[in-house]
Amino acid sequence: MWSFSKIADLVHQSLNHTFSPTLATIIEMVIVGVCVIGLFAVLGLVLVIMERKVSAWIQIRLGPNRVGPKGMFQSLADTVKLLVKEGMTPSGADKFLFNLAPYIALIVAMLLMAPLAFAKDFQMWDLNIGVLYVSAISSVSVISILMAGWSSNNKYSLMGAMRSGAQIVSYELSAGFSVLSVVVLAGSLNLNTIIQSQADGWWIFKGHIPVMISFVIFIIAVTAETNRAPFDLAEAESELTAGFHTEYSGMKFALFFLAEYVNVFIVCAIGATLFLGGWMPFHIGHWDGFNHVMDYIPSSIWFFGKTFFLIFLIMWFRWTFPRLRIDQLLNLEWKYLLPISLFNILLVTAMAILGWYF
Amino acid sequence: MNNEELKTTITALLPSDTFEEGGEWLNINVEPKDWLPLAQQLRNDASLFFDYLFCLTCIDWKTHLTMVYHLSSTRCRHNIVVKSKLDRSNPEIETVSKIWKTAEFHEREVYEMFGVKFLNHPDLRLLILPDGWEGKKPMLKDFEDAVNMIRL
Amino acid sequence: MVEEIGTTEEGDLIINVGPQHPATHGVLHLVITLNGETIKKVEPHLGYIHRSIEKMCESLTYRQFIYVTSRMDYLSAHINNHACALCVEKGLDVEIPRRAQVIRVLMDELTRIASHELWWGAMAMDLGAFTPFFHAFRERETINDIMEETCGARLTMNYMVPGGLMADLHPNFQKRVKEFITLYKLKINEYAELVTGNIIFQNRMKGVGYLSAEDAISYGCSGPTARGSGVSCDIRKLYPYEVYDKLEFDEVLETEGDSFARYMVRIGEMNQSIKIIEQLIDNIPDGDFQAKTKVVLKLPKGEFYSRVETARGELGVYIVSEGGTTPYRIKFRSPGFSNLSALDHMARGSKLGDLVAMMGTLDLVIPDIDR
Repeated sequence: MWSFSKIADLVHQSLNHTFSPTLATIIEMVIVGVCVIGLFAVLGLVLVIMERKVSAWIQIRLGPNRVGPKGMFQSLADTVKLLVKEGMTPSGADKFLFNLAPYIALIVAMLLMAPLAFAKDFQMWDLNIGVLYVSAISSVSVISILMAGWSSNNKYSLMGAMRSGAQIVSYELSAGFSVLSVVVLAGSLNLNTIIQSQADGWWIFKGHIPVMISFVIFIIAVTAETNRAPFDLAEAESELTAGFHTEYSGMKFALFFLAEYVNVFIVCAIGATLFLGGWMPFHIGHWDGFNHVMDYIPSSIWFFGKTFFLIFLIMWFRWTFPRLRIDQLLNLEWKYLLPISLFNILLVTAMAILGWYF
Repeated sequence: MNNEELKTTITALLPSDTFEEGGEWLNINVEPKDWLPLAQQLRNDASLFFDYLFCLTCIDWKTHLTMVYHLSSTRCRHNIVVKSKLDRSNPEIETVSKIWKTAEFHEREVYEMFGVKFLNHPDLRLLILPDGWEGKKPMLKDFEDAVNMIRL
Repeated sequence: MVEEIGTTEEGDLIINVGPQHPATHGVLHLVITLNGETIKKVEPHLGYIHRSIEKMCESLTYRQFIYVTSRMDYLSAHINNHACALCVEKGLDVEIPRRAQVIRVLMDELTRIASHELWWGAMAMDLGAFTPFFHAFRERETINDIMEETCGARLTMNYMVPGGLMADLHPNFQKRVKEFITLYKLKINEYAELVTGNIIFQNRMKGVGYLSAEDAISYGCSGPTARGSGVSCDIRKLYPYEVYDKLEFDEVLETEGDSFARYMVRIGEMNQSIKIIEQLIDNIPDGDFQAKTKVVLKLPKGEFYSRVETARGELGVYIVSEGGTTPYRIKFRSPGFSNLSALDHMARGSKLGDLVAMMGTLDLVIPDIDR
């Protein structure tokens, strides 16, 4: 049976066979780069159309239904439109930072792809500190938002950026703690080891109540970190028109847009990896027969299925909830989520030491 | 209180005013200089208690302007109309925006539309007209705008 | 003129909300002085959609000027027409047939529901929830269809004329309205589930934009804005016109004075309007839909004032007549104008995010403010 890991191995072997190892590595890197950019574009298109269809479904309307079958090419048409639009730079803007900001947002999102395990044995970079890497790099995305807001020379942008800064810095803590609870249980920062540790059941089931609490906190925190409603204060359109990207147009706006969606994908992939076993099929303890049946479903389908389920969840939030106010947002984090996650990490640690998990 | 009772009470407050009969509500004519003290009494007198200024406007009679205040009481449920004749060349009257806060906006509207100067108004600027509007006040009867006005 | 760019001397940020801004629902321009996220001052600049309807009406006859007034508060076009028709009828001293009166009240209440539906959706959208907008429009569409059938228009109906109505009811009217009542009762629970009971929504609304009863009266607020502060000001109850004095309905009052109270008043009003419609829909008397009036209307010399309750509050029409075929001076006392004047008072000290909640619950319709 064909799988991603087999294709990767085949490419690796044939390249090493024909070229010197150094050259082969370089070519592999180029291939990986191209694949990441391709995945990026595809994810952007798929997630945008998904968002529009999900919102249409929630809002009792049809959604895009003209371009292509059932409107599936709508986001492609939108991309073409954005590509040919003029990318304006305001005259009062800090031109260098203004133009740099969307690329930083994009690069951060791309870097975050590196340690993700998309399928069994299919990973760009099997990093032994994968979790740390992800939480470190994802914090950089706030810089692009601050940069965009500051350099636009627009008060709405500035306020959006400042809100976003306060928000991301705060919610990073809860997200970190909830990720940590799985790290404590699995005993590793390596994403692959964490996935392997879930071979007899996903952490959300094995770790029962404390991990479920972490999972809920994680979902709330990453929704906030990716600036999605109900935490979309950075771009709160009824207050700040478009927040930090008010002045952006054309492809530069599209890059922010794309980065937002890819960030959603990445945080959902991380969530799926940590709590729902990543590519690991649904296994129950030592029910070998059942586990064997589950193994027939390819690992990549498991991974994308879980990730898209979480994405759907986040979209569902967006189209249901009203937006929070800035002080309520920070209250939620500092008065509720952070104390709960602090206590929760204590609970998880005790549980890990005493072995009170399945 | 009905109109007759209102008339007696208000005459006691300000003997110099005159009344117009016939309308739905009691109409009181006051001199511009008497308006502010009367307004304070109308608002504060416990038996009158006109706390709701629901309409404030001006009429251009070509010879003079008339300020019209429609007052109502949310407690006693009676209404009166106070009118004050202003000199058309230099219309001036005391503001009542300290007594009824809604007057602040309405007076600004009258100021820009009729040119009535409200003395001691906290913020007498253009509200509706574009910044830097000069020339005649648009709601005056002799206002002419060849471009934007359509006559039927 | 205020320098509208940059900062004040104290270093506060001055920010222009509007004239083009998603939260203003029209071309309202607010100059806001901000200290961080906290509002220090809100200064409305009006006039971007000022058409000088009052001046226009001075050269239109009493039959013509009604059509212009549909464009004031376009969400309660019926009620605007109604106010004007009432004022002219007061001047002419004509009694309109009972059938016309009942139909006018029915139309008013349908308009009120439609207007509140739109407000509900738009307000939720201001707070960042998009979905309620579509749910609200589903019901509003039904009302618009009913209007279209009878009046021929969906937004600016021009159905009420001096002396009665423009035309008789469409034969389908009663059936369609009854269908609407059934639909409405089915769907109103969704509103509570989706928005009213939502914890985020309640946190955004409760204690926000407090307006005391004294301030509400002093600022000339009317309609749901004042009733949310506990001020009894429903013209339908206090100065009944048409058949309102014979109907059973409650004036919805809340005493908290915050945005949530105003929200609850409007939700309650929709239910009361349904109650009124239910009482009338089977009891439309037969007869003429118009009183006999002259072709050219001439009001006697004098002043006439009529007050009605629109979806936003008290609309007053003040006609000064010199005995001619056109009004000498006409003044529309629009509810939005007075309600807006309270915004600065309400908004001071609250967060920028609260401002949209306040503007949402004031239910501002900009053409109504500017006229």
